[in-house]
Amino acid sequence: MTTRPWQPSASIDALHKRAKVLRTIRDFFTERGALEVETPLLSQATVTDPHIHSMQVQPSSYYLQTSPEYAMKRLLAAGSGPIFQITKAFRQDEVGRLHNPEFTLLEWYRPGYDHHALMDEMDALLQLILHCTTADRISYQAIFQHYLQLNPHTAALEELQQCASQQGIVVKANITQRDTWLQILLSHAIEPQLGQKQPLFLYDFPASQAALAKIRAGNPALASRFEVYYKGMELANGFHELQNAVEQRHRFAKDLAIRQQLQLAQPHCDENFLAALAQGLPDCAGVALGIDRLLMIATSAITLAETMSFDFTRA
Amino acid sequence: MSVYNMNEVRNGTKVILDGDPGVVLENEYVKPGKGQAFNRVKIRNLKTGRVIERTFKSNDSIEGADVVEVETQYLYNDGTLWHFMAHDNYEQYIANEVEMGDAKQWLKEQANCVLTLWNGSPILVAPPIFVILKIAETDPGLRGDTSSGGSKTAKLETGAVIRVPLFLQEGELVKVDTRTGEYVSRAKE
Repeated sequence: MTTRPWQPSASIDALHKRAKVLRTIRDFFTERGALEVETPLLSQATVTDPHIHSMQVQPSSYYLQTSPEYAMKRLLAAGSGPIFQITKAFRQDEVGRLHNPEFTLLEWYRPGYDHHALMDEMDALLQLILHCTTADRISYQAIFQHYLQLNPHTAALEELQQCASQQGIVVKANITQRDTWLQILLSHAIEPQLGQKQPLFLYDFPASQAALAKIRAGNPALASRFEVYYKGMELANGFHELQNAVEQRHRFAKDLAIRQQLQLAQPHCDENFLAALAQGLPDCAGVALGIDRLLMIATSAITLAETMSFDFTRA
Repeated sequence: MSVYNMNEVRNGTKVILDGDPGVVLENEYVKPGKGQAFNRVKIRNLKTGRVIERTFKSNDSIEGADVVEVETQYLYNDGTLWHFMAHDNYEQYIANEVEMGDAKQWLKEQANCVLTLWNGSPILVAPPIFVILKIAETDPGLRGDTSSGGSKTAKLETGAVIRVPLFLQEGELVKVDTRTGEYVSRAKE
C-alpha cells in the first residue's frame, strides 16, 4: 500500500493561529473604517510584469489573478473609499521554502495616503499581530550604501557585477540589466540581514523598478514604493499609486515588449483597469502583504508549508 | 544526457558544473516580489569535495551527471593502479592515484570500499570508516615519557602514519577511524 500525503502540512495549532491572525486583521481594518471587499479570482486580463507568470484556466481562457490590484483600483475609481481584501493569489512556477504557487494576500488601499502614511498603518498592524516594536525605515539608497558601500542609483553595471563577485555571488547567466544586478545584490547579500530585531521598511526604489508606483521627478527620479522585511524575508510591497492612465498604458507596453524579447506569453493588458484610471483613481496608497509569510514569523516556522493547511505538494 | 530544469533540482541530484560532477546539497528559490527569479544552489564537487554556491536563473536548466555508487572489494595494487570488484555483479574497476586520494593509505586487500562512478569510471574511493591494521614501525616508547602527550607516531602496514599510545608495539593491531585518521583502540585479529 502506498502512503498518500493526506495529512496537512500545517499543525492544527498553526491553523488556530492562522484563524486568529485573520480575525485580528479583519477587526483592525473594520475598526479603522476600511471596507472588506472581494474581487474575482478569474479575470479576462492579467498582469504584464515579465517576471510574474499567470495561470490560465482552460477552456475559459480566463486568468487566475496574481494579485487583486487592478480590480481593487477599479473599486477605488468607483468611489469605494478605503478597502481591504484577504484573498488567494496564484503565480505559476513559484515554488520553494518561501513560495507556494497558491498563496494568501492581504491587500489594502487608502485614499489620501502616500507611501509613508501607509507605512505608519503597516507598522501598527505588524505590532498588533507580531508584538514587535516600531519598524525601522531606510531608503533603498541608504541600505545599499550601508551594506555594500555603493550608490544603487549611479553605480555602473561593472561596479554592480564586481560587488557581487566580492560578495561571493557567482551567477551562471549573462545578465546585462542594472536592475537585475541590483535585485541579485538585494536578495543575496542584503535581504537575509534585514529586520533581524524589528521590521524594516525599505522605501524610494529606483524609478526603473517603479512597477505601479508614482515616480517623483528629481535626480535621481524615485519610485514612491516600499517593501517590508522582517527576519530576513520580504513580507510586503506597497506603492503611492500611479494615477495617470497614459503613463500606465505606457508601462504595460514596456512590459509587453520585454515579454516579447524573452519569448513569454503576451497577455492583453487590462483595459477595464485602464478605463477606470482614465475615469480617475483617487490619490491613494496601497500595499500587498503575504499572509503566509506573516504566519511563518508568528509561528516561528521554517517553511511556508507549515502555515498552510495543504501546501502545493499535498494540494 | 539528462537535463534538469532548476525547479526539478533536489538535494542529492547529481549535476555537471564547470565540467565536473557534483551533488546538490541545497537549492533555494529566490524571487523578489518584483523581479527575476533565481535559484541559489549549493553543490559539492564530487572530485574535490569542495562546496560551491552558484546562482541560476530559475528558467534555466542544468545538465545531469550520470553518477552512481557501487559497493566493491579492493583486490590489489599493480604498482600504479588500484583494482576493485563490485559485490553484486563482479564488474571490475580501476582507479589511479588521484582518484584514490586519501583512501590508498588505508586499504588492505579485500577491504570493502564504496566507489563513486561518473559515466562508469571511478572518481572517488571511500574506504571503510573503520579499518584494523598492523603497526609496521614504531619506537619502543618509554613509559612515563609525557613530553609527547602520551602518544607516539606509528607507521601502519599500509603506509599510513598515525599517533598511537605509548604502550603499543610493532606487530600489534589497531583500529583506526579513516575519516579523521585517528587511533580508536587496540584490536584483535
